[in-house]
Amino acid sequence: MQQASKAPPRSSLLDFVTNNQVVLGYLFILPSLIGFILFYAYPAIRAVGISFLEWNLLSDPEFVGLANYEEIFADERFWRSLRITLWYVAWNIPLQTALAIFFAVMLDKFSTALSTIMRSVMILPWLMPNVIVALLWLWILDPSIGIANVLLNTVGIPQQDFLGNPDQAIGWIAAINIWRHAGYNAILVYAGLKTIPKSLYSAADIDGANGWTKFWRITLPLLRPVLVFVLVTSVIGSFQVFDTIAVTTDGGPAGATRVIMFYIIDQVFNRRISMGTATAASVVLFTILISVTIIQMRFLQADQSDLADYS
Amino acid sequence: MTSPTQTQSTKQDTNVNSSFRRFFSRLTWGDAVVFVILIMLLVSILFPFWWVLRTALTSPNKVFTDTSSLLPVEATIFNFERVLGLVDPSEIVGTESTNISAGTINFWIFMRNSFIFSLLITVGQTVFSTMAAYAFARFKFPFRDQIFFAYLTGLMVPGIVLFIPNFVTIRELGLIGTMAGLVAPFFLMTPFAVFFMRQFFLNLNRDIEEAATLDGATKFGIFWRISLPLIQGPILTLAILTFIQSWNEYLWPLLVGRDESIRVLTVALAIFRQQTPQGAPDWAGLMAGTTVAIIPTVAIFIFFGRKVVDSIQFSGFK
Repeated sequence: MQQASKAPPRSSLLDFVTNNQVVLGYLFILPSLIGFILFYAYPAIRAVGISFLEWNLLSDPEFVGLANYEEIFADERFWRSLRITLWYVAWNIPLQTALAIFFAVMLDKFSTALSTIMRSVMILPWLMPNVIVALLWLWILDPSIGIANVLLNTVGIPQQDFLGNPDQAIGWIAAINIWRHAGYNAILVYAGLKTIPKSLYSAADIDGANGWTKFWRITLPLLRPVLVFVLVTSVIGSFQVFDTIAVTTDGGPAGATRVIMFYIIDQVFNRRISMGTATAASVVLFTILISVTIIQMRFLQADQSDLADYS
Repeated sequence: MTSPTQTQSTKQDTNVNSSFRRFFSRLTWGDAVVFVILIMLLVSILFPFWWVLRTALTSPNKVFTDTSSLLPVEATIFNFERVLGLVDPSEIVGTESTNISAGTINFWIFMRNSFIFSLLITVGQTVFSTMAAYAFARFKFPFRDQIFFAYLTGLMVPGIVLFIPNFVTIRELGLIGTMAGLVAPFFLMTPFAVFFMRQFFLNLNRDIEEAATLDGATKFGIFWRISLPLIQGPILTLAILTFIQSWNEYLWPLLVGRDESIRVLTVALAIFRQQTPQGAPDWAGLMAGTTVAIIPTVAIFIFFGRKVVDSIQFSGFK
């Protein structure tokens, strides 16, 4: 009798596969796991392995220990590329973040309809390929016939070399990338602004605080979680700047824009084929990125939110 | 007969006038400043795009002489015909224009390559990452959390650290210069895609799924018939973001796919820029090529711009 009340047995194998969460779980993650192992985990470990080898892809690799690291640390071009990269980050990050916060606060002042349209317009540059953005500005900033110099001339400023000037080139590269990313970051910050309770501002109004004080005492501290995200991701991105430079200056003028990514790519594809020093330099870059991220997290106290005290 | 309607219209006019006046009287200096900033922002974002189009439509000779005209000079679609391979290269050489790249350029091929490259990655990555994300969100299996944590670690590794060993792998597989080698590293997953979709599955209401279980639905049936239809929106968003990212990819296709048969638009444009006949690049042709390359992105922007903005706002908080 008890047997009869049960459902009739169905194809048990199909049932097992479609209803067992362990089997189904592994089946579902299998393609992504293959992709992860082949193109993330294995190459990450292999990069460290290759960095201990003397290898030009053509002959057999030879184990050389830390010689590749010693070689790049002794290479003045490596240190110069690091300095240029840091210089780029120093131009890019503060300006971009300040502009993003400024635009986000502006967006917050617009009516809902206007701010919706503006947010769409502001991501337009970010949607474009780096190569396109680079070409577009390369044309605008062309020293002899670009529109930028034509406009500067009309207000009496003499002709500028922009990307052709070794002292200015990296700054202009930073400006181009700020144009591409400021709107994107502003949208992130704007979303952060929306999480700040309006009651805090009314309370501050009662205390007679002016707009400036409210910004420094309420807005900025409460934006911390989203600012951590914006800073950490854009710093990581900035250290790896390549596309824009490859298209505009190709490392010039006089090597003034040869950033660390150029140094690494050069080791493999231009100067010579040296897989060892290239991966060694990329491992150094990775180490720098991790350190900078940890420092930022500590400094900005990323794990805490001031908002928790209020809600 | 006409007088009533006339009075009505004048009355309306005065209404409009007074509402205008009220609107402006309420405007403060702060509003004016915000308005001016808004205009400056719009101009600084949109003007460069107009300048690309303006140059693309300008006659190649006039690009170097009429540098300040805000409108196309001697408007022509010759540059577009050129980059789309509709003009015989020998014809170009014959003209008096010196700053035209005479190399055979056919952006149709590069456009097609970019589409195949981006579509393959979009389909593969969206399907496989969504499946994995569902498994991480809903199924319990050994090592689930450890594997997911490993994926998250993958988010941190800079591209260049992976690109060089990946290049070696693709080379060992004999796939340099093939579309398979080009899409391979992106086809099965990116940590971001899995992470992004998992958030949506976690936020789904479990009650419906539990009700379906009581009704005898299998775990796969719940995924296929209940959960998947509920997150069509996020899946579309992921597909859009993945497509844009693939369309914009430069360094990897530059390393693996320089061959003209699989060269994508970004690489083609960069190479076109280096073909400088008389020192100065062929700006008119280059800007026509740029316009062509922008079109798909602009189309996505017009149809899905709002969706992209929402997904960006979402990504900052998870």
